[in-house]
Amino acid sequence: MTVTEVGRARLRKEDAHLITGRSRYTDNITLPGMLHLAMVRSPFAHAKITSIDASAAKSSPGVVAVLTGADVAAQQGSLPNAWPITPDQKAPAHPAIAVDAVAFAGEVVACIIARSAAAARDAVELVDVSYEELPVVLDLEEALKDEVLAHPDLGTNKSATWVFDSGEAGTGKPIAEALDGAEVLIERTFYQQRLIPAFMEPRSTVVDPTGEQITVWSATQIPHILRLMLALTLGIPESKVRVIAPDVGGGFGGKLQVTPEEAITVLAARHTGKPCKYTETRSESLMAAHHGRAQVQKVKLSATKEGIVTGLDVHLLADMGAYLGLVTSGVPILGAFMYNSIYKFPAYRFECTNLFTNKAWTDAYRGAGRPEATFAIERLMDELAVELGVDPLAVREKNWIKHEEFPFTTVAGLEYDSGNYEAATAKALELFGYDELRAEQARRRESNDPVQLGIGISTFTEMCGLAPSRVLGALSYAAGGWEHAQVRVLPTGNIEVVTGSSAHGQGHETAWSQLVADRLGVPFENVEVLHGDTQISQRGLDTYGSRSLTVGGMAVLAAADKVIEKAKIVAAHMMEASEEDIEFADGKFSVKGTDQSTALGEIAFAAFSGHNLPDGFEPNLDSDATYDPQNFSFPHGTHLAAMEVDTETGRVTIRKYVCVDDVGVVVNPLIVEGQVHGGLAQGIAQALYEEAVHDDAGTLVTGSFVDYLVPSAPDLPHFTTARTETPSTTNQLGAKGVGEAGTIASTPAIVNGVLDAVRHLGVKDIKMPCSPSRVWAALEEAKMTGGVQ
Amino acid sequence: MIPSAFDYSAPATVAEALGALADAGDDVKLLAGGQSLIPVMKLRLADPAMVVDLGRIGELSGVRDDGDALLIGAMTTHHQIANDPLIAEHVPLLAKAAATVADPQVRHRGTFGGALVHADPAGDMPAPVLAADATFILAGPNGERRVAAADFFRGYFTTAVDDGEILTHIRVPKYTGWGAHYEKFTRVAQQWSIVAVAAMVRVEGGTIAEARIGLTNMASTPVRAAAVEQALVGAPLTREAIATASAHAAEGTDPASDLNGDAAYRRHLAEVLTKRAVIAAAGL
Ligand SMILES: Cc1cc2nc3c(=O)[nH]c(=O)nc-3n(C[C@H](O)[C@H](O)[C@H](O)COP(=O)(O)OP(=O)(O)OC[C@H]3O[C@@H](n4cnc5c(N)ncnc54)[C@H](O)[C@@H]3O)c2cc1C
Repeated sequence: MTVTEVGRARLRKEDAHLITGRSRYTDNITLPGMLHLAMVRSPFAHAKITSIDASAAKSSPGVVAVLTGADVAAQQGSLPNAWPITPDQKAPAHPAIAVDAVAFAGEVVACIIARSAAAARDAVELVDVSYEELPVVLDLEEALKDEVLAHPDLGTNKSATWVFDSGEAGTGKPIAEALDGAEVLIERTFYQQRLIPAFMEPRSTVVDPTGEQITVWSATQIPHILRLMLALTLGIPESKVRVIAPDVGGGFGGKLQVTPEEAITVLAARHTGKPCKYTETRSESLMAAHHGRAQVQKVKLSATKEGIVTGLDVHLLADMGAYLGLVTSGVPILGAFMYNSIYKFPAYRFECTNLFTNKAWTDAYRGAGRPEATFAIERLMDELAVELGVDPLAVREKNWIKHEEFPFTTVAGLEYDSGNYEAATAKALELFGYDELRAEQARRRESNDPVQLGIGISTFTEMCGLAPSRVLGALSYAAGGWEHAQVRVLPTGNIEVVTGSSAHGQGHETAWSQLVADRLGVPFENVEVLHGDTQISQRGLDTYGSRSLTVGGMAVLAAADKVIEKAKIVAAHMMEASEEDIEFADGKFSVKGTDQSTALGEIAFAAFSGHNLPDGFEPNLDSDATYDPQNFSFPHGTHLAAMEVDTETGRVTIRKYVCVDDVGVVVNPLIVEGQVHGGLAQGIAQALYEEAVHDDAGTLVTGSFVDYLVPSAPDLPHFTTARTETPSTTNQLGAKGVGEAGTIASTPAIVNGVLDAVRHLGVKDIKMPCSPSRVWAALEEAKMTGGVQ
Repeated sequence: MIPSAFDYSAPATVAEALGALADAGDDVKLLAGGQSLIPVMKLRLADPAMVVDLGRIGELSGVRDDGDALLIGAMTTHHQIANDPLIAEHVPLLAKAAATVADPQVRHRGTFGGALVHADPAGDMPAPVLAADATFILAGPNGERRVAAADFFRGYFTTAVDDGEILTHIRVPKYTGWGAHYEKFTRVAQQWSIVAVAAMVRVEGGTIAEARIGLTNMASTPVRAAAVEQALVGAPLTREAIATASAHAAEGTDPASDLNGDAAYRRHLAEVLTKRAVIAAAGL
């Protein structure tokens, strides 16, 4: 079979309609008689609701009904947390509309249902809610003390404590052996600030209750999971719910959720019997869509004087916010397996305490757990190099897993199937001009240049392709990690591919078409990819965790292979040959050693007409496949950042950014490039720009894009991107996943670079985001405390 | 993001607009480019019962030569200010500042007059106008009155424009031959100024003969860096002399503290940015 599509930088099929505005987002959907919702949200971060008077709102022009928590208490259930990380995990009930109390500012306390969006919005102000304010707990160290409780009824702020210990797991030595009497011990505390996913399309839901099934359109990453969870939460038979994810404008984990607003829109539609729509404003999105990161990492790394790491001890405080969302509690656990990264440690211990605070709840955000882990270890490797006075790359090289050592079982118990850190690093160094930049750095230091130069390194790996179902089961996640696909050869020979992956900007329609075009030997244009509707794609586990290609794509290939097997039977019958003699290549079935052949399309038509099929052959050329991966995949790479720090203003500029990613076999280099660029932007945003800030009362201060600084194109440098290609040995294609790589790798590269530029001036650490004022303050403080170390 | 309901009128002349204002009473807002007013209405931080749109009044738009000054219509957009040949020749400072405002969309809608009346302490147009000693021409029920720039900015989002008045024109003296620069400091490309410095200098044979410096976001109103201006007059055209003079930049300022930096950081920035602005303005 000639390979023509896989590896080709095709423009995306999806783009023409997206960029010419012919897209169909949820908010574009208008149904006859549709009603509009607006939410009344709590201005307080923690309060008892003493009374709600909605009479004025109810008589406001255009208002059809007002729903309060009390009105729907019997139907609304509690929103799901699918990842109870320990058997004794504590979680407050999570009503879609607050009933007695609110636990963060922005929580919904009532919902207006009106004939127009404007009428609904006008009535929001007319709902009179009386609150009795309660003390708030906002800070993790404070939460740990259990003095002020985010949920007094729970009796504690601690949701769960989860431990991994290599000594106990049998994957390594006990950590005490490494830390006691270590030749070198590096001890640090790192702060992962709170971030807001800030997808471009705000969340939006339309619910039509008028058909046999309740149809839910939603700006979601997870139509299948949403269907199941809405059914379970609201007590509706799953078979009576259809979920459609139309065009979805980004998610980054932020739409991997079963939201209060989705549940409320269903409740409102059932209450009124009319289609209902809710679209959040950007302010609501920033305030009440789930946030990400928000951890304190207390880490200890032990090493020999030669720079061989002997152990790593991680104590994490993780901010759940006010509730447990779909996978809130599991996010830090996803990081637990990644702190050892690409390195060989003999001992590792990880302990995480999940804590409640009176802020919006956190949950998955691009990378989910792995960026935090990568940041900590890559910062520590730099600190170790400084401590030992050696090149930070040399320390890494001393400790990383050598190419010839794969497959390698890590101290965290994962089996890395493949990797070549040497190759990626060598390529990155070459593109970067490492030695020249080090020389320039020395010159600038020497001459006391107001603009100092630093070099930041991040050699990373991640686990993605979520996930082997058994592993998820062992981690007490409620669902599996397989993916489903269908391939249908239509009577005309055109192909329909149905995928359980749910693209929301990734370009699956293009990539899956490329996969199938190659496998079935048909033109790219003849393949149609269908997804995002539970009535069309009946089974699926959706899109997150860089899983689509390595899991969903493999299901597509498996289904295509089944079609080929089925077609061979018909081909043998048509050409009066034995099945063993049928060969398939370039879309044609031929009889070995003859010039007889039949095209796939002809076979499809024969299978469709059923006029002349072998006995017992089921008509049509369709197949289903479900693929459950046997392992995660482990993309890796080396990222190098040259950072300029203006010591007069504290401003940080990225002078040069080189990344060499190894994502295995690439289906579409253009899509990979796009994912890398977007990922870098979000990782750099954490390092330099973004932070969700609350005041002492728990109100979000960064409540608009004026204050929550999402960088745009002019703020980012030209990225030099390149790849090495070490195929994954876990899946037949050799692909690894690229959705999160840039985000995971870039944050520590940037911060390491900033610190490398100013460390000689006495600066030891700078909290993220490294804003000009923080960098300047760090420089000033270093001056006061005596300058150079 | 839906504003409260409001009535709307779009008069064709200043006189009609004044009439509309008078008829509407207290609860009325003038609409220029809408780049500040519409967002606050959408957030329901403002909910005027009546909006009077100045967009159809042709006489309020454009730049004219007025002898020793330029007469700039209040409805002239930031884009026009940034690209107007008369401004480029006689008050390039305005063009340079306008070019740093937001993004092209906002610059094509947002207006010079709107930005000045809005008087955001972090807005970029007030400081250059103050540095240039412009005169504001206001039309009101009792006719026209003129207000000097030094008296125009009264406080946080507050100016000398009274209820019922319209800013029609801004008269900016010519600074032909002066060097000018607007040094704006932000964290991301499209952002309000954390601090910015508007500088104009006239250089005569190796020394600075005259200097005018306005500071953005160093108080609730734009302020003149008078101490720097004085220190610069007669100073030699060297980086060292400029740096020494710029050390006075924060004198008499009262900057706010916010997420982008505290007052101490802003004072420090004012010095650094003044130095840079003057060096650039002087063409060093
Ligand atoms: C995304 C974005 C980014 C921005 N970034 C910047 C920036 O970096 N720097 C910056 O300086 N500005 C920035 N702005 C604001 C922009 O400059 C606005 O144009 C300006 O603040 C207001 O001008 P306007 O014409 O839009 O006025 P409007 O919003 O229409 O009006 C503003 C106020 O002035 C009053 N008003 C307007 N014209 C008159 C008049 N002739 N007489 C009396 N009263 C009047 C109005 O009643 C209203 O109260 C930004 C705006 C946006 C939306």
